[in-house]
Amino acid sequence: MPFREGPLGDLKVPLTWTAAVALIVAVVIAVAFLLADRRETLQQQAYGVTRQTVDTVSKPVSGVIAAPGRWTGLGVDFVSSYFFTASENRRLKAELKEMRGYRDQYLAEVDKNQSYRSLLGLRTDPPIPMVAARVVADTRGPFANTRLADSGAEKGVVVGNPVMNERGLVGRVVGVAHGASRVLLLTDIASRTPVMIDRTNARAILTGDGGPNPKLEYLRGVDPIKEGDRVVTSGDGGVVPRGLPVGAAVKGLDGRWRVVLFADDTAIDYVRILLFKDFSQLADQKALLTRSLPPVTTEDPDVSILGPAATAPKPPAQAQTGAATPPAAKPPATPAPKPAAPTPPKPATPRPATPAPTPGQPVGGGI
Amino acid sequence: MGGARPLHPARWLGVPALFCVLATIAFAAPIRIYGLQLPEPVFAMVPAFAWALIRPSILAPFALLLLGLFLDTFWGGPNGLWGLSLLVAYATALAGRNMMTGQSRPIMWAWFTGVTAVAMAGGFLFSMLDSLAMPSLLAVFWQFLVTALLFPFAHRLIDRFEDADVRFR
Repeated sequence: MPFREGPLGDLKVPLTWTAAVALIVAVVIAVAFLLADRRETLQQQAYGVTRQTVDTVSKPVSGVIAAPGRWTGLGVDFVSSYFFTASENRRLKAELKEMRGYRDQYLAEVDKNQSYRSLLGLRTDPPIPMVAARVVADTRGPFANTRLADSGAEKGVVVGNPVMNERGLVGRVVGVAHGASRVLLLTDIASRTPVMIDRTNARAILTGDGGPNPKLEYLRGVDPIKEGDRVVTSGDGGVVPRGLPVGAAVKGLDGRWRVVLFADDTAIDYVRILLFKDFSQLADQKALLTRSLPPVTTEDPDVSILGPAATAPKPPAQAQTGAATPPAAKPPATPAPKPAAPTPPKPATPRPATPAPTPGQPVGGGI
Repeated sequence: MGGARPLHPARWLGVPALFCVLATIAFAAPIRIYGLQLPEPVFAMVPAFAWALIRPSILAPFALLLLGLFLDTFWGGPNGLWGLSLLVAYATALAGRNMMTGQSRPIMWAWFTGVTAVAMAGGFLFSMLDSLAMPSLLAVFWQFLVTALLFPFAHRLIDRFEDADVRFR
């Protein structure tokens, strides 16, 4: 039976009120979505099936839409290179002359570096396999800075893989679908990357804010940075390998230290996804966990590391309890951990707030 | 008799929403010529403003919610951020509907700019609460500016459908 023929058919409700109720319901749903979102955790589980499906569908659609723009860019490059061939040739010759000096220096340093490595027996990072990908969509807003690359799970890309272009670090993978992966740029508001200043080794966290130049936060040390310093990844935390070029330090208009990203110098259509696993991921975690630990020994409150106090005469009650506990300096016969239960509990001995003065030691705490 | 027919939602809700989706995908193209990238306006602000002025509707808020969820998923932002921001803008326009209708084009443009500012302020606030970090004010202002330039599309949409349903004349 149609609604209009029912008993409620003559019910008249103002449209403005029903629209307002619909608006409130929609707002509640939107708030629920926002509260349930776990994007900032940057975990694989937080990247749901819906996002994966949208990425998979967006890849071919955005690829087709981006193609004319890419061809236009290539055409403009071709025409400009045709008209500026002479000046570019002069510039390249000067650059080549400079680079020859750098090449000789580089070869000498490589030779020296290899000899140092063999002397020290240094274990260096293993080579990192890479996957090339083309960017098909680019988001540049203040609340989200991501790119969609056309390589995904089928090429071994996983969440957390760092992404570079030919000049420097671009970001890292935060979502993987079949044939597509979502790259969170260094400029995104949720992006945090451990970096260091190449000149001083000072550590900092590169924090995106939606603008083109991310901030350097938690800078430590006295005068750790100056204008133009090269910023590289520190490798702390194991998310990205150490030493990837990031950018150059600049002082922002707001007085904060920021980074001009090297990756912005070039075209944004091709990237390399580093299939990186740090040493903690490569290690056999199970073997590490099952290893027998040394026995747990608690500190004897009467044996002080301060020295003279340890030689002080003990009260008789403490001497009895001390016999039940083996001395900490003597290692146990077997490496198996001893249960703590058989050891009789020690009586609580109040420790004086200030130790008794001993001869030859000043009372005032002077060292 | 044709004017007495109720306006079909697919015409004034479906088609503009589809155009917004297509325009958003087109402007996400990774193009950089002479170091300059395409701007990223929020095309969904056009229907968020125009739908409130055309007529109060039950379907429009849900269409805006879907558009916002699409923006969040496609742009890789937090889910619900743009849905909520667009609904705040829609609510603002709906509340000021009686003041806006019948105004001249420059005044309407000023209203559109104001409603866009409300949406961007909402996005700024929700993003700050969600990520516990402050977005760049310059980046927000840049997106606000390019979105405010979309008013001619909103004006066209309002002109097209404002008198389409005789019950709301």
